[in-house]
Amino acid sequence: MYHDVTMAGFGGQGILLIGNLLAEAALAEGLHVTYLPSYGVEMRGGSANCTVVISDQEIGSPAVGSPRALLVMSRPALSRFQASVKPGGLLIVNTSLIEPAEVERRDVELLAYPLNQIALELSHQRLANMVALGLYLGRTRVVGLESIEHGFAELLSEKNRVFIPQNVAAIQKGMALAAEAGGKS
Amino acid sequence: MKKKLVKGNEALAQAAIEAGCRFYFGYPITPQNDIPEYLAREFPKLGGTFLQAESEIGSINMVLGASAAGMRAMTSSSGPGISLMQEGLSYLAGSEIPAVVVNVQRSGPGLGGISPSQGDYFQATRGGGHGDYRTPVLAPASVQEMWDLTFLAFDLADRYRNPVVILADAMLGQMKEPLEMRKPELPPLPAKDWILEGCQGRDKRLLKSLYLGEGELEKHCWRLWAKYEEIKKKEVRCEAYRIEDAELVVVAFGSPARIAKGAIMEAREQGLKVGLLRPITLYPYPEKELADLADQGKTFLVTELNVGQMVEDVRMAAGRRAEVHFYGRPPGAGSLPSPEDILHEIRETYPAR
Amino acid sequence: MSETAEKLLNPRPESLVDIPTHFCPGCHHGIVHRLVAEAIDHFGLREKAIGVACVGCSVFLYNYLNTDVVEAPHGRAPAVATGLRRALPDRLIYTYQGDGDLAAIGTSEIIHAANRGEPITVVFVNNTTYGMTGGQMAPTTLLGQKTTTSPYGRDFHQAGYPIKMAEFLAPLEGVAFSARGAVDRVANLKRTRKLIFRAFEVQVQRLGFGFVEVLSACPTNWGMTPIEAAKRVEEEMIPYFPLGIFKERKEADHL
Ligand SMILES: Cc1ncc(C[n+]2csc(CCOP(=O)(O)OP(=O)(O)O)c2C)c(N)n1
Ligand code: SF4
Repeated sequence: MYHDVTMAGFGGQGILLIGNLLAEAALAEGLHVTYLPSYGVEMRGGSANCTVVISDQEIGSPAVGSPRALLVMSRPALSRFQASVKPGGLLIVNTSLIEPAEVERRDVELLAYPLNQIALELSHQRLANMVALGLYLGRTRVVGLESIEHGFAELLSEKNRVFIPQNVAAIQKGMALAAEAGGKS
Repeated sequence: MKKKLVKGNEALAQAAIEAGCRFYFGYPITPQNDIPEYLAREFPKLGGTFLQAESEIGSINMVLGASAAGMRAMTSSSGPGISLMQEGLSYLAGSEIPAVVVNVQRSGPGLGGISPSQGDYFQATRGGGHGDYRTPVLAPASVQEMWDLTFLAFDLADRYRNPVVILADAMLGQMKEPLEMRKPELPPLPAKDWILEGCQGRDKRLLKSLYLGEGELEKHCWRLWAKYEEIKKKEVRCEAYRIEDAELVVVAFGSPARIAKGAIMEAREQGLKVGLLRPITLYPYPEKELADLADQGKTFLVTELNVGQMVEDVRMAAGRRAEVHFYGRPPGAGSLPSPEDILHEIRETYPAR
Repeated sequence: MSETAEKLLNPRPESLVDIPTHFCPGCHHGIVHRLVAEAIDHFGLREKAIGVACVGCSVFLYNYLNTDVVEAPHGRAPAVATGLRRALPDRLIYTYQGDGDLAAIGTSEIIHAANRGEPITVVFVNNTTYGMTGGQMAPTTLLGQKTTTSPYGRDFHQAGYPIKMAEFLAPLEGVAFSARGAVDRVANLKRTRKLIFRAFEVQVQRLGFGFVEVLSACPTNWGMTPIEAAKRVEEEMIPYFPLGIFKERKEADHL
């Protein structure tokens, strides 16, 4: 088993948080995992991205040139990374901030949803990242939801743990959407 | 043992604490700020000393002072700051005072940039400062090694009374991996019978590097040489990955070794016989291991995040016997090679038989 | 208010390049850049000016100031400026330095350039933190101020006191002008504009070394909004770092 995913958007969208969550969840399942974030000047410029690799074998490279999955939350992220996805890979796009027409790749599986709106309908726009993570999990089943919940416990301070149920609900929403999409195709 | 997901820089900082270091002196510079920031938070709880120096010149000399008093002391920095420390490193080596100096490499020359780089290989392995001295150089390639090699660095520094350099890079510092916080078992250390704490009840001691008497400095330098020879004999470390049947051996250290490993896994799936030789100590360098592989007729592909530094050591070790190819990627934002890039190079240089 | 309107209507100084700023919202670097540009224009010396950029957020001065600029290593701008001054005796030489750059790593260079009375102008931007590297403690960090390397607040037992550079340099014989201003309010900005002009003027008149410290906001690393940050300048910084002129020499005197 081997999975890799690049997640990208702008600072404040919680990209690094969902990358961390996924990595914590993989660790909780006893898998090998690496998490590689962007940092420094690049972050101040407003963009944020990270790559997570998960495998049941030793991991070679934490850096990935052509990820099997790409999750993009903003326009600049799409234009910077869309060419990189492996043909036949998975592309998750936030159409609240990206025109669907800007997606040029036809050789990948596309999951395009207005994630901000969906999150807003659930409770808060901020959870768009969680819906995106749910889509990824629903489609790939890399790790289970319980492991993600465990990841929250590792990452969030005592004070913020009250928000876990809301976050989990958003992830579940994403997973449900992925299941529907799977049913259609 | 339960593993935790930890960032490379923080693994190194916590390992320093576990290794008994209680003195840190440093000056801010990207991409290693997590180390001082971590210790600024943790040391006060442990009675340790965290001091932000006025400069890296200050940092390295504060380390010299604390270490002369027998304490485990360290500093960390990157490119420009490490350059400023070279004078201090030379004094540490000349006076035989232990120290651990961490270089989380960023890109140069000059102010350069903050992306991962290996442009400081020459500086680290050839001394960097003035005079006839060497420093052991350890090159981690995972978060686990950021941890493990920190213990080793303090151990080697005390064992040989010499500064030791940990040569990491921005990628290793920033990435997270599962970490087993194990305490490595290391052989017992010689007593610190040279430290300065006041000469009550004993003859006075001196820690110095000035030797003006006839023949004194020569003798001192040969003694240091003997120490370096011992280090070369005993402390070479490297990882050999699938090299037995390999036709092509990739030689890389630090982050690019990880990327190369990914490429090698892929190459193996495609039926190419490729292996990896990863020096863990850059000084002493695994010369013999490379020479043996050269004798076996293997071809080498050296890959580094620079325009060609370690490749000179590979050429030297392999002699004329082997073909040595080089794939260099000088740093720049977003310019880390991908496993695909290295795989491409592997195909290009794979020996036709 | 009319003041502000008038300012906005002012044409861009020739010494300032017409490009969008990359500084964080509420950062004062941009305002100080403009004042420096106005001073250079005022003396009509744009084509004779050479700037020395230091290491910090301020390094990007090289993109904004429409004069020749050379980049110095961290803290070494006054030494680089000295070299320029000796090589080009009739040019306008200025440095623009942050508090980490000038008051920590560069103390040796600034003290000796000042003491030699190098006829150069040094603009010192004090934002009580290391901006570019992400908010570490600076020599000017106020007591009790939390930064990433003083997580429990700056404590003088551990890290000494915030250093007052303008007062510190003033008594040196080579210093012709030393002052401190702020740009948090229009009134302060207008006064600081004069101080910066004067720091250039003493160079033009060859009276000696010209120094202006400008209290500046770094909302990003202070974790504040631009408005809160400007307020912090007034409420916390000015009481410790008083505004004013600490030395002003009217004519060249040679002891
Ligand atoms: C020798 C050396 N050490 C450290 C650094 C890293 N560094 C870059 S900018 C900076 C200080 C920034 O603070 P300041 O001078 O206050 O300027 P600001 O960014 O706040 O404008 C440091 C320490 C460096 N470039 N060179
Ligand atoms: S980090 Fe601070 S000093 Fe640097 S541009 Fe932003 S506000 Fe200005």
